[in-house]
Amino acid sequence: MTAIIQVDDLHKSFGDTHALDGVSLSVDEGTVLGLLGPNGAGKTTAVRVLTTLLKADSGTATVGGFDVATQANQVRSIIGLTGQYAAVDEKLTGAENLRMVGQLLGMDKAHAGRRAAELLQRFELADAADRQVGTYSGGMRRRVDLAVSLVGRPRILFLDEPTTGLDPASRLELWAIARELVADGTTVLLTTQYLEEADELADRIVVIDHGRVIEEGTADELKDRTGGRSLEIEFTSRDDLEPASRILAGLAPGTQVQRDDAQNTLSLGVDQDTALAARVIASLSDSGLSIEDFHMARPSLDDVFLALTGHSTADASDDEPVPTGNDPALREAPLA
Amino acid sequence: MTDVLTPDSAVHTRPHGLRAIAHDSRIIAWRNLIHLPRTPELVIFTLIQPVMFVLLFNYVFGGAIGAALPPSVSYAQFLIPGIMVQTLVFGSSATAVGLADDLQKGIIDRFRSLPISRSAVLNGRIIADAIRLTVVAVVLIVIGYLVGFRFEGGAGMGLLMILVAVSFGTAMCWIMANIGMAVKDAETAQTAGFVWLFPLTFVSSVFTPVATMPGWLQVIARNNPVTLVANLLRALSLGEVLPGTTWASMTTPVVLWVVGITAVAAPFAVSRYRKV
Repeated sequence: MTAIIQVDDLHKSFGDTHALDGVSLSVDEGTVLGLLGPNGAGKTTAVRVLTTLLKADSGTATVGGFDVATQANQVRSIIGLTGQYAAVDEKLTGAENLRMVGQLLGMDKAHAGRRAAELLQRFELADAADRQVGTYSGGMRRRVDLAVSLVGRPRILFLDEPTTGLDPASRLELWAIARELVADGTTVLLTTQYLEEADELADRIVVIDHGRVIEEGTADELKDRTGGRSLEIEFTSRDDLEPASRILAGLAPGTQVQRDDAQNTLSLGVDQDTALAARVIASLSDSGLSIEDFHMARPSLDDVFLALTGHSTADASDDEPVPTGNDPALREAPLA
Repeated sequence: MTDVLTPDSAVHTRPHGLRAIAHDSRIIAWRNLIHLPRTPELVIFTLIQPVMFVLLFNYVFGGAIGAALPPSVSYAQFLIPGIMVQTLVFGSSATAVGLADDLQKGIIDRFRSLPISRSAVLNGRIIADAIRLTVVAVVLIVIGYLVGFRFEGGAGMGLLMILVAVSFGTAMCWIMANIGMAVKDAETAQTAGFVWLFPLTFVSSVFTPVATMPGWLQVIARNNPVTLVANLLRALSLGEVLPGTTWASMTTPVVLWVVGITAVAAPFAVSRYRKV
């Protein structure tokens, strides 16, 4: 496979803020790259450079073999952009928006009209075709936005946080469309702060933070790299954390123990070793410490994300903190 | 059989060069014109406000200010050309608001991600705004006729009057385009595009003869382009030059202002557009 997007050492600063601080990445044709990062990580800046909306300070980027800085118009003719920033016209109807873009792309009126109609049909917007987009629901608006970016049958589609602010049903719908596009051969670069979304859609994930790529790989590779499962134990009293830590250190020397004083919890990387987990629980009970609750925590992309970006609310005194994960919903694998 | 979602590696055949600019500008202009009837504020701004101004000034101030005019000139005859400049200049501020709104909402990013000519978005907006200003000018003439204004010099002079007024208003739209792109949000653009228009239009011969102002202000008012345009419009509506002037002396400064403003503000706007 060949790289259809190739980015080398992009830098872009806004005043003192380094939005892009040496980003390099590549995307193979026909695949989905998930660009994952918190707000302000530089995701949108990267997309704006790649879609020719913004000039980088230094570095190079090619899209479909065209240089985004010097061959902007060629790039524009093979890309589609949907996202939080590129929008549709609220005062125009859905059909008018699509026809306008079709005509701007060089279609004659009839051709633009046909293309608009088939897209509206495909995106289940035919009934709303002649209503102003301002009257659409959030999900419909995002669909018409996506439809507009597909008028020219782009080879490369940029989805900039495509489901931010969408309800779960609309999000699933959008994911289904994205999958279908990829199945038909479209290359997709997706930015998201939703790990689930990257996990669902992306073949490869690039994690960026503070304008730098801090990790990349498949979702599974990233999960593996942050370690396996961990045992999380919640104590009734904070005073138990200290003696418990010593017991854990004795039972599993060299294993990372993450301590969270606020939650009265310790978590221990046990990977697949459930026997070790059982021994730990037994020893702790035998020594008279009062365990409130315990469970095995599966690593999620959330954990990966928190571990890599350091944006964890857990105590960050360790150099390599084992992620504790803060969302109880992600902790649903009981040991027993 | 290609599906609706199948990508296409062919690069679209689009017109080239000037034809591309004309093609894209026309489509963007169409888009902006569609906005007009669907934007109630703009309809009010475009149609109601000039009507209100003509009626208010003519009946409220007409008696007092009319007394300062030569007996042969009615206040309506004096007022309509002045109100026309003032209304079109204020009307140009909608360019700033519309453009800032497009920027804020991401419409400009959409256009800029398409392979269209770089000046089309601005051209299209200005073309639509020029058409909007023409509508305003025609509305003013209609109202003017109801309160006693007449094209004394005939229809040809009358058309020329509208042309001059719209040209000046359109030149102002280019300045407003720069303001709209500089402030980047519609509310700020509303203020930034508006405030400076009050001194610009009031320190002029729009509502009252310049001779009624203090001496230092008269210097400013006489050289204000708004005064120069208003005076030319008056001459065109009367079909004869004002005392002590010639067509050349009245027309030249106006042409220079219109060409000068456009020649500076338009390229500046286009280069700013490339960087937003």
